[in-house]
Amino acid sequence: MAGIFTAAAHIPYLKIERKTIGGAWERGAQKGCRSVAGSDEDSLTMAAEAAGAALEAGGRDGVQALYFASTTAPYKEKATAAMLATVLDLGGNMETLDLGNSLRSGLGALKLALDTAGDGKVLVASGEKRLGYPRSDQEQLFGDAGAAVLVGGGDAPVAYLGGYAVTDEINDVWRTQEDTYVQSWEGRFVTGEGYLRVTAQAVKGLMSKMGLKSEDIAKAIIPAPDPRSAMGILKKTGLNDAGQAVDSLLETVGFCGTAHPLVMMAAVLEQAQPGEKILVAAYGDGAQALLFEVKAQPVLPAVSVLQQLESRRAINSYARFLSFNGLVEPQPGEPFRLVPSATVTWRERDSLLRCRGSKCRECGTAAFPIQRICDNCRSVDQFDTVRLSGMAGEVFTFSRDNLAGRPDDPVIVQTVVQMENGARFYGLMTDADPTSVELGTPVKLTLRRMHDLGGFHNYFWKCRPVR
Amino acid sequence: MGSIKDKVAIIGMGCSQFGERWDTGMSDLAIEASSEAFKDAGVGPEDIEACFFSTVYAPMGGTGSSAAADALKLRDIPIIRNENWCTSGHIALFEACMAVASGMYDVVMALGVEKLKDTGYAGLGMGRGMNPVLEARRTAPGSFALIAKRYFQEYGLSNEEGKELIGRIAVKNHDNGSRAPKAHFHNKVPLEKVLAAPVIAWPLGLFDCCGNSDGAACAIVTRADMAKNFRDDPIYLKGVGVAMDSTMPHLRPNFDWIHFGALMNSSKKAYEMAGITNPREELDLAEVHDCFTITELAIYENFGFSKPGGAIEDIRSGFFEIGGGLPVNIDGGLKCFGHPIGASGLRMTYEIYKQLQQKVDNPERQVKNPRLGLSHTFGGPPQISAVAILGNEKG
Repeated sequence: MAGIFTAAAHIPYLKIERKTIGGAWERGAQKGCRSVAGSDEDSLTMAAEAAGAALEAGGRDGVQALYFASTTAPYKEKATAAMLATVLDLGGNMETLDLGNSLRSGLGALKLALDTAGDGKVLVASGEKRLGYPRSDQEQLFGDAGAAVLVGGGDAPVAYLGGYAVTDEINDVWRTQEDTYVQSWEGRFVTGEGYLRVTAQAVKGLMSKMGLKSEDIAKAIIPAPDPRSAMGILKKTGLNDAGQAVDSLLETVGFCGTAHPLVMMAAVLEQAQPGEKILVAAYGDGAQALLFEVKAQPVLPAVSVLQQLESRRAINSYARFLSFNGLVEPQPGEPFRLVPSATVTWRERDSLLRCRGSKCRECGTAAFPIQRICDNCRSVDQFDTVRLSGMAGEVFTFSRDNLAGRPDDPVIVQTVVQMENGARFYGLMTDADPTSVELGTPVKLTLRRMHDLGGFHNYFWKCRPVR
Repeated sequence: MGSIKDKVAIIGMGCSQFGERWDTGMSDLAIEASSEAFKDAGVGPEDIEACFFSTVYAPMGGTGSSAAADALKLRDIPIIRNENWCTSGHIALFEACMAVASGMYDVVMALGVEKLKDTGYAGLGMGRGMNPVLEARRTAPGSFALIAKRYFQEYGLSNEEGKELIGRIAVKNHDNGSRAPKAHFHNKVPLEKVLAAPVIAWPLGLFDCCGNSDGAACAIVTRADMAKNFRDDPIYLKGVGVAMDSTMPHLRPNFDWIHFGALMNSSKKAYEMAGITNPREELDLAEVHDCFTITELAIYENFGFSKPGGAIEDIRSGFFEIGGGLPVNIDGGLKCFGHPIGASGLRMTYEIYKQLQQKVDNPERQVKNPRLGLSHTFGGPPQISAVAILGNEKG
């Protein structure tokens, strides 16, 4: 039976204390902080970060399908999974599929992958960036994150044992095609008749189907939209008695929608011991619960969820939080002298999206972006392409431009990076405290949204300090 | 490579007032500079056989050379526009000199005009339109500032020492600009004020950056053997050097951000043509591309004015100040004139021309008995450099 090779999460570099949000409205605050996607991040880029880490840990060969799940995909019409496969530099002869609309689509994508992987590998990726109404509890409770799970058949270290699903139509939480913000019905109805009742049905249904008692479960990953519901579901399912509870991530990250079960899965696998059974569930117009058993310690991503949680920076401005989410329009900065072009982006996708540079077959000179004529020996079309994403690099030189950034994110660290294969990357730095950058600072490349000229999202790579 | 040393002479030049010329359009700037040049040379538009026209931004692409033709009512002659970023003015002069040296024309014009202050924003914008994403949020100060950290590192300067060092270049050029009536800025700036100014692109502060200005400059060029028919004190072209590097020298694995091939090769070619072996000693003054103070510092060493690392001592000892061993940017440079891109190369050449004739508009900045002067621009990310060396004696 299929199982999980590895899982990875991307917790954005930025967070905001909930009291900063509450304080802006002169109202109370939930505990802790929530993660905030940077001004250059969206569900695709967050998923790409996590998926890149999962492929590095679990191996990129043999991936035959990629499923992307989000209720906040960058496009209503356009395959994010195809873009994701491209920026991950996966092959063209593979299946890609977007799943969306439901908060269950992340776990549903995982179930689909487990059902279809056969002897191959399937990558499941998710990113989520939902908006709660300004001043709402949800505004504080939600968090932004990405996650990815690499699934496969054969000897996957975390074996899939079985699943159970319930479908239960209810108008408790929704967003119409026209809505910017998540809407919901009265809280007691949402929690009692929606989340708690239906999730418990799925969890109990799975345990009954598999013949398990609560003490057979080592770790229970049951995402909940708020801390009270998180406690409530453990109590209702009897899974809070023997240390099965795991960090809900609600106080540090926030509720990441359809990505949340996969984010938690990444965090839990970091602690998992062979022999442990892990239950993971997701709710949304029904519920799904899956059961896994850790057969061997999976190969983990280079940077743990804990390391990511501890290497963040707080934004102390609610105005910037709103602006990053596109909810206020700050004063425009200087215009771009850039020409957006679907044809250029398509033609140069190997460099711009796949992050490939060239390496001369004659003299070995490395370059980025791809150069047809070697800058050193001028040999023509004698090059191999080399993927720079995932490669180590360090800052060769930099400047801090105070005029080039967005008005809500003004400082641009212009950076020249020495990549480990000798190539130079010349671009922007992100996810950094600009004042702490030094020559030699270790960095990696990360896909980010650069601008929206042309009416579409223009993505490219930036560098960021290793977290 | 051949030589056109002493084959070409400049017989007239003009330079507009530089600054925020809100009430002055591109045509007015062209008329202002060319009228002075015509008068200086004693010729008129009817005498011009070809015009080499440089402008970068305005009006935007797709207008050919019509801005020059329309403004000056030039007609029935070739007007050839070039856009080579910051070096455009020098390239126009280069083209004019080649055209005369070839024997095809006797009297030609090089005209550089740039109207930057019609855009509604203070800077030049971001990127250059070469790619949808590669140059996003890349500005000139952000790009040139990349030189600074590498230079500081190479020569063991702390950030504070480095900032103070380049700050002295700003102080020098502002002091010089106070004696240049046509400059945009005439204010002297003490070092403390330079160091305390807002940061534009660290480590470059406000006073490390040149201004955005409007301006135009113009040269009338003829054959050297005809020059004295027009005036007694023509200025001769001694050497030219232009070097364009790949668009992205920074993609070169060993590119160190201190040594620029374009700078070294353009100056070497110009020195060779002019017969200069020791520019530090032989040049009497130089106008170099101080778009940012760190750029001027890099040029000192790439041009052989200072030995590697020697710019530090030369700056501290005042070697490049007025009255020093080699005055650089004695009119205040781009720092004080601002940088109307297509005009700057010709404006800098105008200063050398007037100095060599000992006819600068304010005698307080006149160098005593100069023989040889150099003007230079450096543009792109940076990638292209152009040098002209002028002398007042025909060899």
